[in-house]
Amino acid sequence: MNRLKVQKKFWEIILFVFLSLYALTILYPLLLMFLTSLKTTREIFTNPFGLPATFNITSYVKLLTISHYLKYFKNSIVVSLVSLTIIMFSASTASYILAKYDVKGRGALYLFFVAGLIIPIRLGTISIMRMMIGMHINNNLLSVIILSTAVGIPFGVFILTDFIKMIPEELSNAARIDGCTEPGIFRIVILPLLRPALAAVAIVNFIPVWNDFWFPLVLLKDDAVRTVPLATALLFGQYSTNYGLVFAVLSMASIPVIIIYLLFSRQFIKGLSSGALKG
Amino acid sequence: MSIYRKQRWKPFMVLFILPAAAIYLIFLLLPIVDSLRLSFYSGSGFIPKEFVGLDNYVKLFTQFPFKQRLWNAFRNNIEFFLIVTVVQNVFGFFIAFLVTRKILGNHFFRKISFLPTTLSVLVVGFLFKLILNPSWGIFNKMLFAIGLSGIIQPWLGIPATALPALAVVVSWQFMGESVLFYTAGIDAISDEILEAARIDGANPFQELRHIIVPAIMPIIGIVTILIFIGDFTQFDIVYAMATTQANPAFATDLFGSLFYRATFSTPVRGGWGMGMGAAVSSIMFILVFSAVMIWLYFFKMKGETDE
Repeated sequence: MNRLKVQKKFWEIILFVFLSLYALTILYPLLLMFLTSLKTTREIFTNPFGLPATFNITSYVKLLTISHYLKYFKNSIVVSLVSLTIIMFSASTASYILAKYDVKGRGALYLFFVAGLIIPIRLGTISIMRMMIGMHINNNLLSVIILSTAVGIPFGVFILTDFIKMIPEELSNAARIDGCTEPGIFRIVILPLLRPALAAVAIVNFIPVWNDFWFPLVLLKDDAVRTVPLATALLFGQYSTNYGLVFAVLSMASIPVIIIYLLFSRQFIKGLSSGALKG
Repeated sequence: MSIYRKQRWKPFMVLFILPAAAIYLIFLLLPIVDSLRLSFYSGSGFIPKEFVGLDNYVKLFTQFPFKQRLWNAFRNNIEFFLIVTVVQNVFGFFIAFLVTRKILGNHFFRKISFLPTTLSVLVVGFLFKLILNPSWGIFNKMLFAIGLSGIIQPWLGIPATALPALAVVVSWQFMGESVLFYTAGIDAISDEILEAARIDGANPFQELRHIIVPAIMPIIGIVTILIFIGDFTQFDIVYAMATTQANPAFATDLFGSLFYRATFSTPVRGGWGMGMGAAVSSIMFILVFSAVMIWLYFFKMKGETDE
């Protein structure tokens, strides 16, 4: 019995070491990115592995002076906030109907929406370009906002329809007895209860919206409308030999998503896991 | 709910569904269909001038350099997909199996595994381009430090290692997604079943073989189809690590980068015009569509009849 226990302990330690090594392969490159951005050029070459002697922020200062980085940051925030807001509103009203009213074609409509979860929008790029040029909103953040919204709606409907289905019908009936209209029920009864599901929708969608590179690359041309990923690509190309600076560029693009993920990882994992099981 | 007759559509219902349906239909679904149509046209810029029937496809499949580029991207994409699929499924499942057991710090490991997935592919690509860079690159310095200087290479500079390097970087980044999906699948197995197996004296290996693996079969399907769709439209990693020219010598060219060059580059840099670009994206559509159909056939049919 005792030998078995020792054996078990031994395996546990082996597996723990294995997982720790895996965690290290994740954390080390990311730490390397942050730490190198805080080193002087000399240090980057003489001491590539170690900690910086002092936290040197000249690369960040330089980044802000050679480019309109704050502007790019603002553009990315505008794109994220506006598209997430439209996704949450339009997906929750649509999901309310799909979840609570047994109308004709409901099943087909639901499939129509969730099909979008596996349809890569990039394959429509040429037609999208023509459309955006026709509407004169290529080279305008609006184009990227609309596309991010279109991509996010399927996940929104997928999560919210399921969530609204679980809200007991008695709540709605009680409101009906009090003379509440059907749209009123959505606003007064359903919407306040949706908050956790809306949070999951917003967080899961934030990551691809913030990180989207393809559409900004093909649609946005002017410096004034650059988003963070597009600026990252252009700055990286332009200053590829200034290691401190490019590591600062990469860090700046990553910090917002890392912070959001670490703050909301619970909602995040919950939102995606439910997708995995039903998918 | 189904004890009632089907309800009639009322104006407010249409109003509630319309914004989501319209945006999604007009900006996601219709452009894909329209791009298929545009593959039968030819013209400069984004204006289709003349209907050319199947000409774009004939050129793509029979003429130099279109044919060579197309098959090269196809071969590369298959290799890329296979590497990512094997790495992500095998390691992803193994790590998920570990973090769902009572191991010290399992919640920490779960959380950390997803961290790279939240970053942009572009950032990850650039980061590893620097790490693998032959002059400064930390990776070769590490190999040197642990006595493996014999295998030091300019990893991204030679055709044999460039594509696998990109595939490993993408696997590293999206490993968290597999871990998350497999973890969800294993967590969903009821504790009673596992408890019963343990009481009957099942060892961890038997547990794995007879309970866990059968239960996560559908997850293998989901993870693999998502990898397929992602990899056959992958562009960012090639852009970041090998430029739009898919260096060296198109060894890292995937459908995504081929599509980008064909559509948006100048003729000198590999541009083929809009019609040809649309033809490339139509072929990508057919590949993705077929893969989804195969997945639905093998993994979803049973589920549909159960309900």
